[in-house]
Amino acid sequence: MTATTNRPAPGPITPPAKPNLLYRPEFRQAVYQVLLVVCLLFAFGTIAHNVADNLARQNIASGFGFWNRTSGFDISQSLIPYSNQSTYGQAFWAGLLNTLLVAVIGIVFATVLGFLVGIGRLSSNWLIARICGAYVELLRNVPLLLQLFFWYFAVLKNLPGPRQSIALPFGASLNVRGLYLPAPVPEPGFGAVLTALGIGIVLSIAVAIWARRRQRATGERFPVLWTTLALVLLLPGAVYIALGQPLSFQYPVLRGFNFQGGIAVLPELMALLVGLSTYTASFIAEIVRAGIAGVPRGQREAANALGLSSGLTMRLVILPQALRIIIPPLTSQYLNLTKNSSLAVAIGYPDFVSVFTGTVLNQTGQAVEVILLTMLVFLTISLITSAFMNWFNKHIALVER
Amino acid sequence: MTSTTAEMRPPRSEVGVIGWLRKNLFSSPTNALLTVIGIWLIWTVVSNVVDWALLHATWEGEDGKACSREGAGACWPFIQAKFSQFMYGRYPEPQRWRVDLTYVLAVIGLVPLMIPRFPGKLVNTLYMIVIFPIAAFLLLSGGYFGLPYIPTELWGGLLVTLVVASVGIAGAFPLGIMLALGRRSRMPIVRWVSVGFIELVRGVPLITVLFMASVMLPLFLPEGMTIDKLLRALIMVALFAAAYLAEVIRGGLQAIPRGQFEAADALGLTYAQKMGLIVLPQALKLVIPGIVNTFIGLFKDTSLVLIIGIFDLLGIVQLNQTDSKWFSHATAMTGYVFAGLFFWIFCFGMSRYSLFIERRLAASDRR
Repeated sequence: MTATTNRPAPGPITPPAKPNLLYRPEFRQAVYQVLLVVCLLFAFGTIAHNVADNLARQNIASGFGFWNRTSGFDISQSLIPYSNQSTYGQAFWAGLLNTLLVAVIGIVFATVLGFLVGIGRLSSNWLIARICGAYVELLRNVPLLLQLFFWYFAVLKNLPGPRQSIALPFGASLNVRGLYLPAPVPEPGFGAVLTALGIGIVLSIAVAIWARRRQRATGERFPVLWTTLALVLLLPGAVYIALGQPLSFQYPVLRGFNFQGGIAVLPELMALLVGLSTYTASFIAEIVRAGIAGVPRGQREAANALGLSSGLTMRLVILPQALRIIIPPLTSQYLNLTKNSSLAVAIGYPDFVSVFTGTVLNQTGQAVEVILLTMLVFLTISLITSAFMNWFNKHIALVER
Repeated sequence: MTSTTAEMRPPRSEVGVIGWLRKNLFSSPTNALLTVIGIWLIWTVVSNVVDWALLHATWEGEDGKACSREGAGACWPFIQAKFSQFMYGRYPEPQRWRVDLTYVLAVIGLVPLMIPRFPGKLVNTLYMIVIFPIAAFLLLSGGYFGLPYIPTELWGGLLVTLVVASVGIAGAFPLGIMLALGRRSRMPIVRWVSVGFIELVRGVPLITVLFMASVMLPLFLPEGMTIDKLLRALIMVALFAAAYLAEVIRGGLQAIPRGQFEAADALGLTYAQKMGLIVLPQALKLVIPGIVNTFIGLFKDTSLVLIIGIFDLLGIVQLNQTDSKWFSHATAMTGYVFAGLFFWIFCFGMSRYSLFIERRLAASDRR
């Protein structure tokens, strides 16, 4: 009560003196940003001016007019019809598809190998843990380019010629020209097998959804894995046998100096796939190990206390929680693999960078357009991959209260 | 009565070597099978490596013919003959002491800096970021104090690898800090510019950036002005590494509690003082392992400069494969194993050092 009486008499409140304009944060921030914009505009203006100057002197017309001109060069491997009569635009797509091919196959291999090695590093078996550790430490501390050179120049280029080629199981053979695999040739009636496979996949997805709903409602588990395997493997298998095996294989045959028929895998592609996937697997293994180690020990102990077997503990308790930790860094490894596939240019595999940013740029001299398109393509791939992985991450994330 | 239980020993099968084997290698049938497979794997790898590198290797010879016999292993004379090229490139032989002296100066600065207990970190850091770069530039490039000028086209081998990696990280560091601060700035334009740069650079492979250095940078410059090829690569590597470093540092900045920023504001510190004296020292300390990892990545990526025609260690090894005098089937493998060993020692050493720092930091947090 006394405190209130001691207060000075209420009067008109004087507003605090306005600080000097220079000391106001908003003003300063505005000045800094305007300065930044001016600097950037100046830099870009100068660069644009110089580029225009230089291009004019070299008689290079800017723009995408080159897109529809005939390229005049060959590409050693292409997923779309391509010859030296095709346009630069078609070369762009051929290269891009080759990059995507390497990226997709490489990601699958690297993921499988990486998970095996990562889980192996945590094995209770001392020897296996050490071997997996040695694999990781050996591969991730050597430059990828060196590993690609090793696989390509030191291993694959030293293989025997076609006449002495190494015979592999299932009629495949390996020589200095590449890997020759038997090619499957569908015969009439094979469509039915494919249809059966499609039905099997659809049915197994339906079973998985139904099983999850039932487990949510009643707590009873259904052997989804075995049902899926049966539906996906046995159903088409049965149709295949019932129709009298409507699929034959065309085996590669040595004719003259080279193999004919079958599927030929270029040595460049093999070196790139082996190098990329073993290298990336060493990083994925570390991520998997960290993810599994990051699950609290109490979870494993609780699962043991419930009487779950070690396999079920891993599958139902540890991995679902570890995946939450694993997915984000795994995404960046997938992106790294895709970006690293551009090292193909060093061993002559016709990937996107090698075909487009290399050959097309050299032939047309359209540096600005080509580099811009290259960046755009990689940014698009990055965005799509991370969008998909974010969706997947959200899908598997634990629903917390 | 009570003494009998105390004297009883654990069963033989549970202690000693046998106990260890039972527990760690043969605890179950599956594990026993895995152990056997593992032993077979190790035996195959080790015996092949020993065969190749020692038993069947060629130790003496004048050219590739010596290494061309049937089933020949490593071609060590090739390494012997080319060793100085691998280390110095085409740096003139009478001047190579300058490179060695630069290495000595670097070691003098680096070793005490890396041992946490060593005193005088401030003087040491000043030496490394001010005196050493100037001295190294004067020594390596020359043109002053009676040292003949050596153009960068003659530099090569391990020298270029180390120059690209160290200049790359030194250039990336200040830029990375600026980008990380910019990304967390309250000024929208600064933030957008930082985010744009970081995401653009992180989205594309280093090769396209290097291609840009070799075909686009000349276009950016006014007529008649050229930049040294090595310098172009250095600028691009530094810009590339800065984007990755910025993300690492941003992680550290995010881990600093809000109270630290507010306390600095309450003390009336300016932005530069707040960041330089309070926030960054704590943030950088947190992310030392991440910075070392970025550096390891950068060190490995230096090998990419060979694609634009600069001969680093791998580039020189690759160039010498084509030497017809040393043509043999074993030459390529020998060269790559040699270069790989060098890279491995550097990278593995750095990763162990980062682990050591990580443990030390964890120990200081555990009070």
